[in-house]
Amino acid sequence: MGIPGSWRLRNQRLSLVGEVCHTCGNKIFPPRDVCPHCAREAQHAFQFSGRGEVYSFTTVFNPPAGFEEYAPYTVALVKLEEGPIVTAQLTDVEPERVAIGQPVEMVTRKLRDDGHAEVISYGYKFRPRITTD
Amino acid sequence: MKPITPVGIVGYGAYVPRYRLPASEVARVWKGEGGDPPVREKAVAGLDEDTLTIALEATRNALRRAGVNPQEIGAVWVGSESHPYAVKPTGTIVAEAIGATPYTLAADLQFACKAGTEAIQAGIGLVASGMVRYALAVGADTAQGRPGDALEYTAAAGGAAYLIGPAKESLAVFEESLSYVTDTPDFWRRPYMHYPTHAQRFTGEPGYFHHVLSAAQALLEHTSRKAEDFRYLVLHQPNTKFPERAARRLGFRPEQWKTGLLSPEIGNTYAGAALLGLTAILDEAGPDELILVVSFGSGAGSDAFILRTTEQITARQKLAVTTREYIARRVVIDYALYARYRRKLLTE
Repeated sequence: MGIPGSWRLRNQRLSLVGEVCHTCGNKIFPPRDVCPHCAREAQHAFQFSGRGEVYSFTTVFNPPAGFEEYAPYTVALVKLEEGPIVTAQLTDVEPERVAIGQPVEMVTRKLRDDGHAEVISYGYKFRPRITTD
Repeated sequence: MKPITPVGIVGYGAYVPRYRLPASEVARVWKGEGGDPPVREKAVAGLDEDTLTIALEATRNALRRAGVNPQEIGAVWVGSESHPYAVKPTGTIVAEAIGATPYTLAADLQFACKAGTEAIQAGIGLVASGMVRYALAVGADTAQGRPGDALEYTAAAGGAAYLIGPAKESLAVFEESLSYVTDTPDFWRRPYMHYPTHAQRFTGEPGYFHHVLSAAQALLEHTSRKAEDFRYLVLHQPNTKFPERAARRLGFRPEQWKTGLLSPEIGNTYAGAALLGLTAILDEAGPDELILVVSFGSGAGSDAFILRTTEQITARQKLAVTTREYIARRVVIDYALYARYRRKLLTE
């Protein structure tokens, strides 16, 4: 994603800010103009807890351009405590130690770094949960 | 220095990456087996970690303990010698990620290993003056040592964050502080240089010991306190023996410094070092205990603080991951993986 895209999405990318529907109360991520549950417009910002569990996962051995140095890495569908499922890279975990149902939590890490002259892209990843609450 | 309005620490947080490089690995590759390494092992950042990600996780832990509205944070200062950008502040990224933007100060500080405590001194002033309600001071680093250099044993990654605020909301209150600086060329890094240079003979006595001991002794004299008044001591810790030797010269005993001495297990986290040691102390301290903190930054200078814990500390200790829990989350790597993680290999 280019600089304008990353900049527009910085709140959701850096800190998992989504929306809560003021009509049906569902939590929404990523944020969008219309609630996918009740089709009403204009939602309120909502800070997700970052806690969830692995819904499914796969390990990437042939990464797309820009992610070569991180391979092999695991990408998961993470079901957040508040409901939505997000796709994200897992970090701080060996691919063979990932399991469906594993509790994970959001951390902000480098997504990609295209060299010394470029802007660094930061965003959410998930790691095995170490927080106690 | 004592602020007119009492100020303290409302929340604190630590972060230590999970990878560890044993000193025996550095010795094996560069010196052969044996020797007496300065630390047992050091913490190494993963491929997707840098000073920003470390500062941010420590900050989120500080906010969990503080429980304040991020919009009331009026300053976000990150001290480091390894900011991800030469130009573009780390502080704005931290401020954005925690929801403190847009009405806040944000800046990066640089003073080798004491950049984080410098941010605390500035934060005390800003809060005490009433200009802001809370100020965030972070010390974090992913320090680099030239391959084969003595610093490679110790140059580590980690950080700690402190939310400074009114004393009545604090888990520890600043009783007094003092800063001591001189122009001493013990360690430096010029622009565009990847690795720092150190002047061997300035490292010990004229650098570390002169500044740490001068700052600590002046603060003790000024406050008429003695070593035995303190329950805890934490000093900047570039290795194991420097802080132990300095602590003995100040008249402290091992039981006062062992809680805050983390360098044998995680190495020298530079701007994070004394501040991470303090998080380990705050994790276990009880109410009404006195703590002496003395940082050191090359170039050179020390900030010294006397803190007294309050009744509020106990309830907040478990609100975030403790420093010991981070240190226990340990994955040992060999020199080859270390070379990859720290990007010491040419791949193109």
